[in-house]
Amino acid sequence: MTTKLADLPKAKHFELTAEMARAIEHEVAHYPDSKAASIEALKIVQKHHGYVPDGAYEPVAKLIGMSAAELFGVATFYSLIFKHPVGKHVIKLCDSLSCYLTGYEDVKKAFERKLGIGFGQTTKDNRFTLLPICCLGACDKGPVLMIDDDTHGNVTPDGVDKLLEKYA
Amino acid sequence: MSAETKPLTHNIRPDRPLGLKEFEAAGGFTALRKAIKEMTPQEVQQKVKDANLRGRGGAGFPTGVKWSLIPMGPDAGAKYMVCNADEMEPGTFKDRLLMEGDPHSLIEAMIVSGYAIQATTGYIFLRGEYTVAADRLSMAIVDARNKGFLGKNILGSGWSYDVHVHTGAGRYICGEETALINSLEGRRANPRYKPPFPQISGLWGRPTIVNNVETLYNVPHIVNRGSEWFKGLSKVKDGGTKLYGVSGRVKKPGCWELPFGTTVREILEEHAGGMQDGLKLKAWLPGGASTDFLTDQHLDLAMDFDTIAKAGSRMGTGLLTVVDDKQSMVSVVRNLEEFFSRESCGWCTPCRDGLPWSVRILMALEEGRGKPGDLEMLEQMTKWLGPGKTFCAHAPGAMEPLQSALKYFRSEFEAGIAKSKVAA
Repeated sequence: MTTKLADLPKAKHFELTAEMARAIEHEVAHYPDSKAASIEALKIVQKHHGYVPDGAYEPVAKLIGMSAAELFGVATFYSLIFKHPVGKHVIKLCDSLSCYLTGYEDVKKAFERKLGIGFGQTTKDNRFTLLPICCLGACDKGPVLMIDDDTHGNVTPDGVDKLLEKYA
Repeated sequence: MSAETKPLTHNIRPDRPLGLKEFEAAGGFTALRKAIKEMTPQEVQQKVKDANLRGRGGAGFPTGVKWSLIPMGPDAGAKYMVCNADEMEPGTFKDRLLMEGDPHSLIEAMIVSGYAIQATTGYIFLRGEYTVAADRLSMAIVDARNKGFLGKNILGSGWSYDVHVHTGAGRYICGEETALINSLEGRRANPRYKPPFPQISGLWGRPTIVNNVETLYNVPHIVNRGSEWFKGLSKVKDGGTKLYGVSGRVKKPGCWELPFGTTVREILEEHAGGMQDGLKLKAWLPGGASTDFLTDQHLDLAMDFDTIAKAGSRMGTGLLTVVDDKQSMVSVVRNLEEFFSRESCGWCTPCRDGLPWSVRILMALEEGRGKPGDLEMLEQMTKWLGPGKTFCAHAPGAMEPLQSALKYFRSEFEAGIAKSKVAA
């Protein structure tokens, strides 16, 4: 089966707002080469949209003097740049050794049971996305996870319900 | 607790770091004034060299020697001081503690170290997940700018310098110093070929020093109190104190500042309170996922670079991960290799293809469906993916826990080979 070009999903219209452009230019000023702001620029887009829409690469790349292809190459390298829509809250569950030793697998099962999703998936109501993450540097409090920008330690399977309640 | 015996941690306030005034009252910024007003850059370099400060990021390279490779002089042009704050080594939780609890000290250290190599700009490469540290460091930079410690002609010295926080967006490989430099330039974080080393050609092709967070925290104290004091803190020939820590199923996991060269037994039994009730120690990693396992036969070793290397491992970051007797070594190693496999940047073949292959074999052994020859294949991999076969240290690091687990716990791996139908 072949896919026709016309059948591929169209990149959604994306507008680089003046606010985003200003924030990106503020970052560019920290470096002798504007390309160095690429990751920060992607994060700024992500802050406004929740992820980086396909239509963002052209205008952002132009702003920082890079090709859209190179910027896309950067975006696909880094795990915290989302290329697809994610839920309102992103749960990043540490699966590195210290957390593995202190009960990560049971916590993961509790999330999967409660949310009905696995790693890389988003709940139907778009509230949560569940992702694995490398060691979060709080190994004395394992199992550790992050929800959005908050780090939570000593997480237990029984504590998962209560933890999720805080993120409406 | 005093600055004299616990230089790294005495100013730490985890919930609310010292404000600028409190920090100064506690001795903050005295090293900065002393270095810039009373010392030449070369004198600062020499003092750090004499102190036997070795890098705390894992490799243990002497910091003063690294600095001395930087071209100096009025024609040296743009030079960069980079702090590697991309803490992501599994089992390592020291740099977060320092930066969240005492952000001003890192800024002071970045200024003193930047002065020593006459850097034009400093960057703190901070992992994106450390949001609290990002806020606190950014505020500390503003404080330092307002005091005139950053900017043009600092304290009338004629030296101009500024520091920026650069936050990452994930990927363990960014901790490798040349990958970090590529990432800081806004590229994919593939490592670079060495030589040239960053000291000669680093960020944007300019001379660059990359130092770990904990390493830098030592610098102002060496300037303040001297090399002899610093060496006197240690029980071995490497100078200073060290943030040691323990994670895993021990009674009191945590991180403590102790004399360099404290024994593993003291760290485990006195500070971490020993194993949780009903558990026995089976194996431990001295300092991160990319160090070789050691066992209960090695508890009386001093935790220093040379001693742990002689025992067949590496001290690495110095934060122990303890594996208890209820854990399967095959599963533990599978977890580690899954991590390394996922975090391979994909640049070179042994790492990109070899690591997922090792995971497949380990999963088969874990589920009792291993094949004869699997152990030999894993052993072969520890050579194919070992030092000198790959572009950077990622795959060789990944092989360290594997080769040592096979050495000390071979029977557990053998038990994962499916019994042949004839024998059954």
